[in-house]
Amino acid sequence: MAEQVSSSPMFNVQIDGVWHQFPKGTRVIEACEQAGSYVPRYCYHKKLSSPGNCRMCLIEMGFPKLGPDRKPELGADGKPIINWMPRPQISCAQDVADGMGVRTNSPLVKECQRGVMEFLLINHPLDCPICDQAGECQLQEFSVDFGTSQSRFFENKVKKPKNVVLGPRVTLDDERCILCSRCIRFCQEIAHDDVLGFVDRGSYTVLTAHPGKRLENNYSLNTVDICPVGALTSTDFRFKMRVWFLKETKSICTSCATGCNTIIGTREDVIYRQTPRENDHVNSCWMCDYGRLNFKFLEAENRLLEPQIRSEGKLVPADWPTAITQAALELKQFSGPEIAIIASGRMTNEELWLTSQVANSLGVQLIDVVPRRGPGDDILLSKDRNPNTNGARLILGSASEPGAKLMGIADAVKSGQIKALVILKENTMHLGIPVEQLAQLPVFIVMNILPNDATEKATVVFPACGFAEKRGSMVNGKGRLQRLNRAVRPPGNARDDWEILRDLLQAIGGGDSVSSVDDVFRRISETVPQFDGLTFAKIGELGVHILQMDELPPTHPVDEEAIEQAIAVQAARRAARPARS
Amino acid sequence: MDSLFIITSLLKILGILFVVILPMVSYAVYAERRVSAFIQDRLGPNRVGPAGLFQPIADMFKLLLKEDFTPRAANTFYYWLAPCLAVMPAIITIAVVPFGSTLFGVPMVIADVNVGILFVFAIASLGVYGIVIGGWASNSKYPFLGGIRSSAQMLSYELSLGLAVVPVFLVVGSLRLTSVVRYQIEHGWFIAPFVGDWANPWKWLLAIPMIISFLVFMIAMFAETNRLPFDLPEAEQELAGGYNTEYSSMKFALYFLGEYAAMITGSAVIVTLFFGGWHFPGIPDGSHGWIFGLINIAVFFAKVAVMIFFFMWVRWTFPRFRYDQLMRLGWLFFFEIALVNIFLVAAIIPFYRS
Amino acid sequence: MAITVPRPNLSWRERLYLPAIVAGLAITFKHFKNMLLGRTKVTMQYPEQKWDANLPDHYRGAPALVRDADGRVRCVACQLCEFICPPRAIKIIPGEIPSTDRFAKVEKYPDAFDIDMIRCIFCGMCEEVCPEQAIFLRKDYAITGFTRADMVHHKEKLLEIGGVMHGVVLKWNEKK
Repeated sequence: MAEQVSSSPMFNVQIDGVWHQFPKGTRVIEACEQAGSYVPRYCYHKKLSSPGNCRMCLIEMGFPKLGPDRKPELGADGKPIINWMPRPQISCAQDVADGMGVRTNSPLVKECQRGVMEFLLINHPLDCPICDQAGECQLQEFSVDFGTSQSRFFENKVKKPKNVVLGPRVTLDDERCILCSRCIRFCQEIAHDDVLGFVDRGSYTVLTAHPGKRLENNYSLNTVDICPVGALTSTDFRFKMRVWFLKETKSICTSCATGCNTIIGTREDVIYRQTPRENDHVNSCWMCDYGRLNFKFLEAENRLLEPQIRSEGKLVPADWPTAITQAALELKQFSGPEIAIIASGRMTNEELWLTSQVANSLGVQLIDVVPRRGPGDDILLSKDRNPNTNGARLILGSASEPGAKLMGIADAVKSGQIKALVILKENTMHLGIPVEQLAQLPVFIVMNILPNDATEKATVVFPACGFAEKRGSMVNGKGRLQRLNRAVRPPGNARDDWEILRDLLQAIGGGDSVSSVDDVFRRISETVPQFDGLTFAKIGELGVHILQMDELPPTHPVDEEAIEQAIAVQAARRAARPARS
Repeated sequence: MDSLFIITSLLKILGILFVVILPMVSYAVYAERRVSAFIQDRLGPNRVGPAGLFQPIADMFKLLLKEDFTPRAANTFYYWLAPCLAVMPAIITIAVVPFGSTLFGVPMVIADVNVGILFVFAIASLGVYGIVIGGWASNSKYPFLGGIRSSAQMLSYELSLGLAVVPVFLVVGSLRLTSVVRYQIEHGWFIAPFVGDWANPWKWLLAIPMIISFLVFMIAMFAETNRLPFDLPEAEQELAGGYNTEYSSMKFALYFLGEYAAMITGSAVIVTLFFGGWHFPGIPDGSHGWIFGLINIAVFFAKVAVMIFFFMWVRWTFPRFRYDQLMRLGWLFFFEIALVNIFLVAAIIPFYRS
Repeated sequence: MAITVPRPNLSWRERLYLPAIVAGLAITFKHFKNMLLGRTKVTMQYPEQKWDANLPDHYRGAPALVRDADGRVRCVACQLCEFICPPRAIKIIPGEIPSTDRFAKVEKYPDAFDIDMIRCIFCGMCEEVCPEQAIFLRKDYAITGFTRADMVHHKEKLLEIGGVMHGVVLKWNEKK
């Protein structure tokens, strides 16, 4: 093997008879996996500490036989002879050492794996048919790969609590638990909310929440993801759909500026769950419960399904060309200073770019996004609840901070200076403009997915897509460009936001045709310097870092004040109104 | 032209058409299905009525109630015209065929014209128009191919058909079909000369070319009526039904009717020309009483029925010809055989007459 | 590689084809005659005569859900049959058994269980894959309906066809 020069020392390790090199500090279990010999494991999780309590990852280990001169004795092949330890070792709690030898499939290792599997299955119930984990259960998988086909256990299984409500979102089945303690360690180490633990001894050990505490932190559903068996189940997803039916779409979460990478599980255009996808630059292996469960609104009963136009004082359904033409004609009645556009920080870069094109061709100066903030935490949840504030910052390219002009727009509407208002994917009601005043507007164009009081006052309504129904790109709070992917088709006649904006742009008479999101992205990359040289495909599944946040100028105090004011107005409106059903 | 003639003619037309031919057509379809079933060790339609005898009525209702569909690309006028053209000639032909002796002194033939057989050929040839026009007007490739095949096939076999009957008229000396029957009553059926001067050896010699003539005529008739083994125009397996692929409901039924009517007419002509028409040895003609007149009619249609059975029997026995084989057979064998046969008969006739 | 099949050399008699034609006619007439005389054995007259009593045990008719001797619908909505079904005839909506129910320990049940009998091909894969001995192919074969909707067997219909199954494994009874 060639000598390698690197900063961290490389260790030679023999795995299943082949010598490899690994940097110092690599866990043996990881080294084996990198060498192509997967070692089964239950308690070990690469993002958590290693307690070594499941004993599934047993391997044979050895070190070079040293001669009298304290030098390794070399065998006939010129390689050191390994002295194998008589007992198997756990590979998850051990770092590689120079000259170490590992066997992952020797007869001893296989016998150990078979034995451990048998022990684990002694008290495990045979309720795979009703268990939500079936299909992605490591107990099932390793039982097939490493276990025996028959049980030798004829005694009665230990009865444990079932259907235990651990918290608002997690249900526990103690019989299925194999006591790997991943969930306990997650709560201690990642969520910093130490509520889970084992009680009782021996066969009667059960997982439970500490007395008087519940598993109700905002990261509780990650315990369901890391549970190797079906002990911890998501109360929301419980019994809804078998996992093997789910079509998995790689996307990102749009509930805050973090942009956690996700997998959206769908079947026949229904979203059943979101699970985090590993991306060490963004969210490691986790995501918060708030973002994970924030998809139900896409299946709301009152989704906008048809384009609508105002005819003789009433909103009537129309087809798309009619609605688009109507909107364009209405907007062209007015000059730029009489029009305002309120976009959303939840729109993708492509949609924002098309919005800015619409604004340019109409000569609109008043264009801004609605700021949205909430309490953040130090783990994943960001204070900025708009997923694409940075995208708005880059693409709308205004001198001020996104959201700073919003109250100005609201005031202009109230004073009657604005004759035409275009609001995209936002609720006008939260801006403090009275409904009566909206009704007075000669032109009020709304693009949204759900109706609200203001929608009824619109002159044109465009039904649009939610985050799981469209493709596009977003720039997260740390300046990473990531991709959204379409997991389900939009309901009814709702259309992709970018298509609506593209058609509107064409109807107004500004801009040539773009036929796909990729085309729009290409235009962005030609005009916005941070996107230079990128294509939609080049973003990849894990995203690209395009914006150094510390190089941005600090927010001007006046802007900050305006944003705070806009948020305060929104919060006041939300508090004043009952929650939207 | 007296009124009695008009009344009797009308009665004969209506009687023969609605009492005999049309029911016979529908029951020919039923018979076809039963015969084919029996030949193939099946039962055939046996559900509607006793032994399935009401099946034709059920079929008729079914066909009437089906959607009458006209393809958008079809030439509507000809598309509607074609089925009528297919059924008309077959029914008109029966006009000159004597289907009985006399009944109450009225000759049992609708039109006793002196160019009887020429009329038969002239009208029967029109049948091809129904198929060709139907195939063309459907504006679809399979009917079109069926129509082309049909026209070529009809042209080819028309020749043999015409030549094959020449010997009959050489012997009889008239084209009138009643004369042909009269001659056979006196001299015996052409293919079975037992009646009359049966001791005459020349007459037996004459029977040999007559049998050849009969075979050629019958086979040509198979081809004329588009029946197996010459059903290339409607070959189901190759052309998905051929000229009638695009037809449905009553228009399809008309094609069906036309095919079976042509078969009945063809059988009637064969019976008239070669099997002595309504004559059966030992049964006197209608001038001896109306009961004998009726019996004569019954005898005629019994012979036709036997002939129809033979048509069916052949259909369910032999496979279809290939197109080149069909043409070869028509032009290289039957045409020549029929031609030579004429000379053969002409050579025998002087000895026979003497 | 094309294979050339040599054409047989026919004698003049064979080339005349007439003997073959006559032989053919004779064969078909023999069948016709035997049929007419009732010597040919024909098939069973289906709607009047039925073979139902003789259907073998492994006969694959309409799939049906069964109850066990306790009256429990054995299906737990694991959806394996839905997964395995080659024509995708099965559609299941799972539900959770309320804790007050007699069989609450089973936790899961099919809220809706539809088999589209227009799609069903009677392959028996659902029976084979079922881990709960809940779905069986019964001997019903005359599945009819006037509309497409009629041809969808809902849970009630499936249970009606299925009836009670004895001699199945009662594994849930061991649970607490």
